[in-house]
Amino acid sequence: MLWMAVFIIVPLILIAVFAFTTTVKTDADGNILDAEALDALYEEYEEEYGEDAEPEIYERTIFTLANIFEVSRYMSTLLHSIWLALIATVICLILGYPVAYLISRLHFDRQKIMLMLVMLPMWMNFLLRTYAWMTLLERSGLINRVLGLIGLGPFQMINTPGAVVLGMVYNYLPFMITPLYSVMTKIDGRTIEAAQDLGAGSLRVMTRVVIPLSVPGVVSGITMVFVPAVSTFIISRMLGGGTNMLIGDLIDLQFLGNAYNPNLGAAMSLVLMVFILLCMSITNSIDDDDMEAALL
Amino acid sequence: MKKRFSFTKIYTALVFAFLYIPIFVLIANSFNASKSRTVWTGFTLDWYSKLIHNETILSSLLNTLIVALAASVAATILGTAAAIGIYNMRTLSRRIVMNVSNLPLLNPEIVTGVSLMLLFKFMQMEFGYVTLILAHVSFCVPYVILNVMPKLRQMDRNLCEAAQDLGCNQWQVFRKVVIPEILPGIITGFLMSVTYSIDDFVISYFTYGATSQTLSITIYSMTRRKVSPEVNALSAIIFVVVLAVLLVVNIADIRRHKKEVRR
Repeated sequence: MLWMAVFIIVPLILIAVFAFTTTVKTDADGNILDAEALDALYEEYEEEYGEDAEPEIYERTIFTLANIFEVSRYMSTLLHSIWLALIATVICLILGYPVAYLISRLHFDRQKIMLMLVMLPMWMNFLLRTYAWMTLLERSGLINRVLGLIGLGPFQMINTPGAVVLGMVYNYLPFMITPLYSVMTKIDGRTIEAAQDLGAGSLRVMTRVVIPLSVPGVVSGITMVFVPAVSTFIISRMLGGGTNMLIGDLIDLQFLGNAYNPNLGAAMSLVLMVFILLCMSITNSIDDDDMEAALL
Repeated sequence: MKKRFSFTKIYTALVFAFLYIPIFVLIANSFNASKSRTVWTGFTLDWYSKLIHNETILSSLLNTLIVALAASVAATILGTAAAIGIYNMRTLSRRIVMNVSNLPLLNPEIVTGVSLMLLFKFMQMEFGYVTLILAHVSFCVPYVILNVMPKLRQMDRNLCEAAQDLGCNQWQVFRKVVIPEILPGIITGFLMSVTYSIDDFVISYFTYGATSQTLSITIYSMTRRKVSPEVNALSAIIFVVVLAVLLVVNIADIRRHKKEVRR
């Protein structure tokens, strides 16, 4: 219990604390000094006491909403991240759904093998997987070379938003297939047969039986792809170059990069976290409603 | 009807090609004599021998294993204790605690990483093994709880009472009844912790110190450089190891299933 308090709650509180505070410089009387006042103070001291004299300056942490407001300046980046992650999630769903359905209708042994094949790339370090795409997408990379053979290209593929989306889809596709599969494998084959016996065509079977029954899998698949995709900073850095900054890159820059400003970074993390938790509670409530509807 | 089916098959084959082509390109390149990643100049094993003699990679591999093992053992013990504690709580507080413990699973990794980094800075700890292991423990514990909880729920409460009636004290009940009952959950939790710990990059990235680079961190710094064919060799090795592990696990699984069916 204590463990959880220390390592889950305290860090989150710290984020909130950092997000709402900032460090300011004050003089001996506790007056806050901005950059101008600071310069003035230094000059005054230099005139009075000579070159080496240092005025007394203190640091103090104050409560502020400035960080949260400053985050709004980066709103476009946040929206860009959400947009790319959304596209990636939709593509994952379109790619993954038929695959999951096919696997779930196979013989048990085959299901196991196919599922293993889906999981295998996921077990590789994701940096290596992303690195593989760098090799393929480069300007002198493999895809451009193959296209060159048939007289096309070279195309600019790396360092585009498309490359970032591709990296997201590639890395998180197994996260979409596995929950879909685990829901679909529970659909009784006889339910589908019953629908067919009652005269439903394959399209009707899909829309009236399979898709409604797989909604929980769709919901958890969407969250499992969207959450890591929206907060990634590696994929965008490796495949997006410097031009496709996502919110994750910004947070990283505030903590470990050049733009060192943990307070702003914490504010960004807080906004991101609140946004994602809100999304999750919305999807969860949709899920519950559907479950109730299905039961009725 | 039949045509539709084969269409799905082709579609699946394409998706699998999409999943595997990049990996095969990496593996092929690991045997490529040329430093360039796109021109094939001949077969070589040089990158493998370079890899084996690369001190940084070897030491970071060792670090990864140490951290994974230490963190998983600690997380398994803590997580099991926490699960039992939560199980014995009243419904309302159990709900609240479960939600809190699931928070790191829902939170984006970067937020968890950053928050732990702030915590360690706040406590003025030196970044290194200790911070790294603590960070890994903290994201592994929820997985252990998640695996042990269902086993506890399945357990028959009467078993404990029966043991007590037969003269067991609290500790004996715990050791002889509770532990054997929830052991499968504990083992799965441990294995999941090891896997996540080895695979983790984001949280390590925010909490590692100069002395405690893990393999992920080393790979990251290698991919930042323009040309590093050793990375290809490394991915080929990792691919083969992962493939072997998964094959063994799955074959054992299928065999067990067949036995059950026969019975």
